[in-house]
Amino acid sequence: MWVLRGLRDGVLTTKWPARPDEYAASTRGPATVLGGPDVLTSGQPAVAGLCPAGAISVDQRGQARVDQGRCILCGRCVQLRPDVFGWSSGPGGATLTRAGLVVPPEENPQSLAAVAAALRARTRALRRSVHLRHVDAGSDGSEEWEILALLNPVYDIHRLGMFFTASPRHADVLLVTGAGAHGMAGPLRETYEAMPDPKVVVAVGSDAVGGGLISPSYATSGGVGDLVPVEVWLPGSPPSPFAIMSALLLALGRLPAAPGSQAAAGPSQAPAGKRTAGGRR
Amino acid sequence: MTAAAEYELAGSVTSLRDRVTGHIEAGGRLADLFGTVHEAGLLITAQLAGPDGITTVDVILPAGQASYPAVTPVAGSAFWYEREIHDMFGVVPEGHPRLEPLLRPASGPGLPLPGGDGAPGRIDPDPRLLPSHAVGPGLFTIPHGPVRSGVTESIEYLVETPGEDIAHLNMRLFYKHRGIEARYAGMRPADAVLLAERTEGVASVAHAIAFCQAVEQISGTPVPWRAALIRTLHAELERLACHLDVVVRLADGAGLAVATARFGWHKEQVLRLTGQICGSRFGRGVVTPGGVTAAPQLDPAGILAALRQLERQLSADLKLLMGTASFLDRLRRTGPFPPARAAEHGALGPVGRASGIVDDARQSRPYAAYGSLRTTVSSRDEGDALARLEVRVDEIAGAFHLLRQAADELSEADSGPLHADRTGADFTGADFTGADFTGADGRAVSWAEAPQGEVLYDVRIESGRITRCRSRSASFHNLVLMHEVFAGDILTDFPFIEASFGLSVAGAAR
Ligand code: SF4
Repeated sequence: MWVLRGLRDGVLTTKWPARPDEYAASTRGPATVLGGPDVLTSGQPAVAGLCPAGAISVDQRGQARVDQGRCILCGRCVQLRPDVFGWSSGPGGATLTRAGLVVPPEENPQSLAAVAAALRARTRALRRSVHLRHVDAGSDGSEEWEILALLNPVYDIHRLGMFFTASPRHADVLLVTGAGAHGMAGPLRETYEAMPDPKVVVAVGSDAVGGGLISPSYATSGGVGDLVPVEVWLPGSPPSPFAIMSALLLALGRLPAAPGSQAAAGPSQAPAGKRTAGGRR
Repeated sequence: MTAAAEYELAGSVTSLRDRVTGHIEAGGRLADLFGTVHEAGLLITAQLAGPDGITTVDVILPAGQASYPAVTPVAGSAFWYEREIHDMFGVVPEGHPRLEPLLRPASGPGLPLPGGDGAPGRIDPDPRLLPSHAVGPGLFTIPHGPVRSGVTESIEYLVETPGEDIAHLNMRLFYKHRGIEARYAGMRPADAVLLAERTEGVASVAHAIAFCQAVEQISGTPVPWRAALIRTLHAELERLACHLDVVVRLADGAGLAVATARFGWHKEQVLRLTGQICGSRFGRGVVTPGGVTAAPQLDPAGILAALRQLERQLSADLKLLMGTASFLDRLRRTGPFPPARAAEHGALGPVGRASGIVDDARQSRPYAAYGSLRTTVSSRDEGDALARLEVRVDEIAGAFHLLRQAADELSEADSGPLHADRTGADFTGADFTGADFTGADGRAVSWAEAPQGEVLYDVRIESGRITRCRSRSASFHNLVLMHEVFAGDILTDFPFIEASFGLSVAGAAR
């Protein structure tokens, strides 16, 4: 009976990233700053102090910036100052440096290109079949759902040659979730050290990237970057399965330039790409 | 919900034991037991739930007194609660049978002290607590976790085999303790709701509702009907997603590959619908003190159409699953939890209802729009993994029924206000930075029926800032019951029992 059931309702596995996916293009990413580098931050309510997670800053020139690594996607800035902030969309969002999550960027893109090239060189051996290991370092539980979704028939990451493994000794990529609970520092480190080289660490979600709203806390580090060497930073609260898939492809240097893909422009420009202004999607 | 005036200070800490046991003997349950830093010492609060609602009992452990007579020896449901009090405040409940670290990954100095005014310093784990295969005379301990196979939350299960006795399970939650309750101190309610959402991320909506109701009660803010409906809508979508997650895990444990894929797909559809309605697949950023932040992005007719399609596809698969004999046989008599024990412990949610407890806050202590909608309570007496699944299958049907009612009502209420200020006036366009609650002062207790069971909040606010927020999830209250449901082979039954409990480690460890 179940065999026949598998054929019903035309469950379609996404073809992304080879083909665009409408849902992937519509998923919401962290807040971003609209209107180029010269957006004025006058008006009410004041932009500074708007963000409950401390993701928004304003420099002396009045330029507003969002640190997407701290953004928990609460929507307050987009709702109250649609003239300054909007949502990023599409399955991108991951970057290869922590500083690369600040939009508009402050860092010299040259150095990002070098980071990307170095990672690509290191992960060349991993291009075909890749084994993933996940460690929860203090998540709220939603990130695990979105990672597990990669195994459902809609995402089915086996088609991309990616498999989860129980043993860190067979793992190439480490997905870490959570704000970096002190209690997990040791077990996380042990898992990392048991993995063979070359290996890549992906911080999955804004809590893992920057501690989110959980930090500062007596029980967590401000993200997992102090606990293990993170190579790919993926914000989101939680990031969608497409965003996680995209971060994995970025980690492996396999993210093709495809329409509807935010990071397609290359990791050095990850914060750029398709944006949607204003309202909720 | 309890009004501030009803709090009683029973005074002496020695009276606590009698109050709790008397209440349980009268058929009530201990719903929470926790501490708060107080000028006179340690304020210990017991939330006693009964048919008339929840009674809050506060007692003072005077400053300088480092111990009090434990409640656990006379009321077993206090077992983890008193370990938490010990972890957070260093106070010793005297006569507690096993006062080991549960939430704080350390046994040395450095206390979180929730409710205090200072930010607690960094607390590092004690290396002696890290997993080890403890082998002593007559004792054999097998640690499982905190990093386990598959994509799981971090928790350590220790299988202890003392001598000839049957194996015993011990759990340690401190690996992913995040210090959430201390983090609330000084936050504005409109920011703090975002923390409530992240306390138990798969039950964000229920936590946000319980928290906001407490704030609204303190500040005297009436929630508009349309907002109550939108809250209910998201709470039921959340229930669908969580219950389907349990179905996926059970099917996966039984090796039913097609069923696992099918229900994984259904769950994905629910998360997508939620995202389509509000932008977040977990319903986050919707519930805010005073109401909701925005109207659904999908109109009621669109929601109804999506629900119809979802229900048609899902119910056919559920029917097939509940007729798959090999699957049902695997769950039958697995992880039995007898009704008498469920009543004693006051087991919550589907775990309690599968063991004969007929209680669901949506019906017995209604909130949001539930009081005006038709809600049914499903229960079973068998108390095994199958009964827990059957209760959830009933609740999936119930959720669809509620969702349809809420969407119908929403089409009537389509132009009503989405949030109100303390006078009841619509504050559309006002900011959500908390200005509206600046002067709020007081304390309130509130609840919501999360998919895992009742979440219970005790919120205190001074001049618009949180001074204490206690967030007790059903996951914390129920997880301890895993101690006593292993009747057969621990190793082979484990995945089914864990999945059938359907709890969140994040919500338990906070
Ligand atoms: S969406 Fe919320 S968390 Fe993100 S930058 Fe805007 S205000 Fe901050």
